[in-house]
Amino acid sequence: MSEADMQTDLFSKFDPIIQMREGLLATGVEDPYNLVMEKVLSPTRAICNGRDTILLGTYNYMGMTFDPDVIAAGKKALDEFGAGTTGSRVLNGTYQGHRECEEALREFYGMDHAMVFSTGYQANLGIISTIAGKGDYIVLDIDSHASIWDGCALGNAEVVPFKHNDIDAMEKRLRRIPEGAGKLVVLEGVYSMLGDIAPLKEMIAVAKAAGAMVLVDEAHSMGFIGEHGRGVAEAQGVLDQVDFVIGTFSKSVGTVGGFCVSNHPKFEIMRLVCRPYVFTASLPPSVVATAATSIRKLMHGSNKRAHLWENSKTLHGGLKSLGFELGTDEPQSAIVAVIMPDLERGAGMWEALLHEGLYVNLARPPATPANMTLLRCSLCAEHSAEEVQTILGMFERAGKAVGII
Amino acid sequence: MDRAEVDSRIRAIIAPFNKKAVDIADATTFAGDLEFDSLTVMDFVAAIEDDFDIIISMNQQAEIENYGQLVDAVTTMQAG
Repeated sequence: MSEADMQTDLFSKFDPIIQMREGLLATGVEDPYNLVMEKVLSPTRAICNGRDTILLGTYNYMGMTFDPDVIAAGKKALDEFGAGTTGSRVLNGTYQGHRECEEALREFYGMDHAMVFSTGYQANLGIISTIAGKGDYIVLDIDSHASIWDGCALGNAEVVPFKHNDIDAMEKRLRRIPEGAGKLVVLEGVYSMLGDIAPLKEMIAVAKAAGAMVLVDEAHSMGFIGEHGRGVAEAQGVLDQVDFVIGTFSKSVGTVGGFCVSNHPKFEIMRLVCRPYVFTASLPPSVVATAATSIRKLMHGSNKRAHLWENSKTLHGGLKSLGFELGTDEPQSAIVAVIMPDLERGAGMWEALLHEGLYVNLARPPATPANMTLLRCSLCAEHSAEEVQTILGMFERAGKAVGII
Repeated sequence: MDRAEVDSRIRAIIAPFNKKAVDIADATTFAGDLEFDSLTVMDFVAAIEDDFDIIISMNQQAEIENYGQLVDAVTTMQAG
């Protein structure tokens, strides 16, 4: 036998997904996971695969990516501090800009502590895996983001999921945890697949009554939901009950990075014990400078927030009256999820929209709840009212061409 | 509650999830024989948890591949 015959191919386990992908591309559809943006014209427009395209799937909720103050701050930091830190936050990777960025976050949330990670994924990965240890219990919503699940997998706590947004199911699981065990409840403000929000007020009351600490991921609500844009917990009046808020710079803030804010008196020890914080290089100076500038501008973004809500309501109402099936009955966030009958027609609809000049996200199992195929639209405060009407026209033509409406 | 009682209660709970009416023995696997996907697993586990008033964490679920292992695990848990 040759060496090749004796070797077990470690890639065999990917055969089902390879076949699924080949089957889809064999229909002649443009590859939904290989799009290239050759030019980015604004927060809402780009040249994608050679076409002038309206962007409706970028999570760039507040349109901060091209804000002149944000860009100026990034250029200045690039000139003055260089291209990167080449170091961990706990060694040579904490610059003045990282401190200023954490200060901006503390002010934004009105909390005592803020810790910046290199991505939002790492913020969840690091905080969850570190604070919930062996013998502790993590009680989490089944529709939690991959970064939350991976945080659970990285740590040693017992992991107990409950049905999406089901207060009663959560309460029962908390009640059954052995006495004396540490408890962490993990929730999200906005669930990104369907764009629905959590009943945080009720859920956090139940969690607190059970003696649990509460972590809320507000990645998709920052800058937009709540009076000061602090998220769903603020909008429902329970932010003071949340022990840890996780967020990201890669949505409303318009750059990349993640963070955790907290009032826990011992929070600063996380900087020494949280491995996804310690064992990676810190964000480049230009990135933290753009983030800090953007966060401070988002504190005063109430007009943009109002326009974004208008956009969300118009798109949601318009798609509903065209006959599309949507992820929520009412618009609850800046995400509008359009439910597709199956992956093949979902991919067909995605391609038809791209040919119309509209980019949305094609989301498919296993990332989606209940094995749904979704066209996920995320609105931007920089989409004009006319643009939203243009988008609705594109959906109507594409939906009829593909036979979905 | 002894193992036989736990077995008969779990048999009643599993019936609505056993869409293909597979004959269930101790060696019947959830992923292979019963073709449970992750959503079915969640609903099925929740039904057992509620019936026995126990927690079967995902860590424990990872050790349970077949029906017999589930009955054993639940028998141990509800005795404790």
